[in-house]
Amino acid sequence: MVSKDPILQIKDLKVSFQSGKKFIPAVDGISFQLNEGEILGIVGESGSGKSVTSLATMGLIPTPPGKIENGELLFEGKNLKNISEKEWRKIRGNQISMIFQEPMTSLNPLFTIGNQLMEAIRLHTDLSKAEAKIRCIELLKLVGIPRAEGILKENPHQLSGGMRQRVMIAMAMACNPKVLIADEPTTALDVTIQAQILALMKDLNKKTATSIILITHDLGVVAEICERVIVMYAGQIVEHGDVRTILKDPKHPYTKGLLKSVPDLRGKKDRLYSIPGSVPTPGTIQKGCRFAARCDSAFEACFEGTPDLYKMEKQGHEVRCFLHKVEERSDQHVGVTS
Amino acid sequence: MFNYTVRRLFSLIPVLFGMTLVVFAIIHAIPGNPAQVILGQRATAAAIENLTRELGLDRPWYIQYVDYLGQLLQGDLGTSLRTRGPISEEVWPYLAATFELTLVAMLVAVVIGVNAGIISAWFSKSWFDYVAMVVALVGVSMPIFWLGLMLQWGFSIELGWLPTTGRNNVRDPIESITNLYLVDTLLQGRFDQFTTAIKHLALPSMALATIPMAIIARMTRATMLEVMKSDYVRTARAKGLRMFWVVYKHSLKNAIIPVLTVIGLQTGLLLGGAILTETIFGWPGIGRYVYDAISYRDYPVIQSGILIIAAIFVLINLIVDLLYVVVDPRIKYNK
Ligand SMILES: Nc1ncnc2c1ncn2[C@@H]1O[C@H](COP(=O)(O)OP(=O)(O)OP(=O)(O)O)[C@@H](O)[C@H]1O
Ligand code: SF4
Ligand SMILES: [Mg+2]
Repeated sequence: MVSKDPILQIKDLKVSFQSGKKFIPAVDGISFQLNEGEILGIVGESGSGKSVTSLATMGLIPTPPGKIENGELLFEGKNLKNISEKEWRKIRGNQISMIFQEPMTSLNPLFTIGNQLMEAIRLHTDLSKAEAKIRCIELLKLVGIPRAEGILKENPHQLSGGMRQRVMIAMAMACNPKVLIADEPTTALDVTIQAQILALMKDLNKKTATSIILITHDLGVVAEICERVIVMYAGQIVEHGDVRTILKDPKHPYTKGLLKSVPDLRGKKDRLYSIPGSVPTPGTIQKGCRFAARCDSAFEACFEGTPDLYKMEKQGHEVRCFLHKVEERSDQHVGVTS
Repeated sequence: MFNYTVRRLFSLIPVLFGMTLVVFAIIHAIPGNPAQVILGQRATAAAIENLTRELGLDRPWYIQYVDYLGQLLQGDLGTSLRTRGPISEEVWPYLAATFELTLVAMLVAVVIGVNAGIISAWFSKSWFDYVAMVVALVGVSMPIFWLGLMLQWGFSIELGWLPTTGRNNVRDPIESITNLYLVDTLLQGRFDQFTTAIKHLALPSMALATIPMAIIARMTRATMLEVMKSDYVRTARAKGLRMFWVVYKHSLKNAIIPVLTVIGLQTGLLLGGAILTETIFGWPGIGRYVYDAISYRDYPVIQSGILIIAAIFVLINLIVDLLYVVVDPRIKYNK
């Protein structure tokens, strides 16, 4: 088992974006921790605030329009809240690095792959140019790029999306970061490459003890490589627990919906379930449970108050739903849920 | 790259050909007989007729045009009616003077304009941004002759810091080698004259630089703001790169591509606008050369002068196109 020391802790993070004169929260009070050497999954529909959470962890929320309204970020126990830009630079790309969701546009079109990769390496090490080049080739081979040497001289537009994403992964791994945030690293790729890249990340996690936050839409991926998973909805965590518990015994109606929408591996169903409606856009959130409008188990209380994250019997399992509030569990809704 | 350059040069041939036609047509559309103009009001009809024949002006226009083209192809730009000298030789010092002035003005405009734009975008909504953009707004709307006169009035007449007109000190003329005085004085090791040359350049280049500088600053700011929001800039920051390099390496190279067009266009306009500035500042450049030719009705000089200015304009555009290819690897120049 992995050790349970947290390498990264996020406490009550709230990030808002300016729209007109108002600041509208995109992430609203998120707390979680990443343990040393673990792979933590974050799932949730589009717009639920996954990318915003990870950008905040890198200190890269664009301000303006963004603003970190609240929250603390602890890396190896050190609070990153008030550190200088210079200290941030020593962490970014070195201790914590990120693979972005957009492989097609995340590389600078006007510089060669070699240039961009070497830059990442030489920023945090004192390797010579020649040594850095050797490291580049090593990294590119590691992420499964066959003709690594040739690619160094090429420009991003000469590579396919999959290749670019591998370069991004190589770049993120360049300085053996302690934490790797992978924001939907495989969404833009086709299935076989997806599998390769996931295997690669798992491998990296084992070999280099890099802790990974894996953001994805795909619960199948989570099942495959994560130990714990966080389910996000409309800027909040709605369920959290270890992967086996959540996949086998999800408590939150939203998580259940997500699970139902995973394609059945045995191919029994021919139509995919999808949760009716869509994530409320930030700013349109009403009072009550944020999922109430789409929830088929909603009852009166759901439209009045906002549920907290309630602890379940299982250690570390938390659910934000009135159905699982301790007092409520004894009433008539028990039958509906379990 | 070499092949591409050669191909682009060949593609200029029809453009240049068209220009000769236009210039020729304009000159011949101007009413009045040049022979009459040259000989003056009191010339006899016989003398005028003689000169007309001598100049070949009695022949049909298309023969004249073919003749003119033939001369051009041999590098013959005609003979000045005023000085009787071959234009292709006479024009060089003027051309060099304009070249030097334009180059210095554009250098100032680009260096200051691009940097002001970058800093404004980097620290957008800061006091620097506001001040720079107000100054730029004033800059673009400034009539160049008015600005020229104001600069002269302020810096040379009132303050007496800089000379009003000319390229060098008439009492201590610069010996010309290339006719680029900054180069010539350095070649001769005459640093005192070098300073004099710079002082003479200061006001006209400031006048010329203002508008392009303002336009370049605004354009750079706009494209930089756009580029700095892009994903690859975020990647650069995520590496832990310092902001200076994020801006001056990753952002600038992308932002400069559209600015290049503006720089090329402005350089062309400067050449076109040279007549005005060169007249105000007594700068012996190509604009001045054509201006004088107009007052003397020196048709061949007017014709060739316009042709040269137009050709330079086209050439600058070509250079900009070639620069695109150098900056942006996505532009394919090989088939
Ligand atoms: N730069 C920005 N400016 C304004 N609003 C933003 C910005 N970035 C994010 N947001 C807001 O934050 C919300 C959450 O966005 P986020 O990108 O975190 O979603 P996500 O969970 O990553 O979705 P996806 O699965 O599509 O990547 C969005 O709905 C958007 O309104
Ligand atoms: S609190 Fe109510 S509306 Fe919200 S998820 Fe639970 S049952 Fe559904
Ligand atoms: Mg996202």
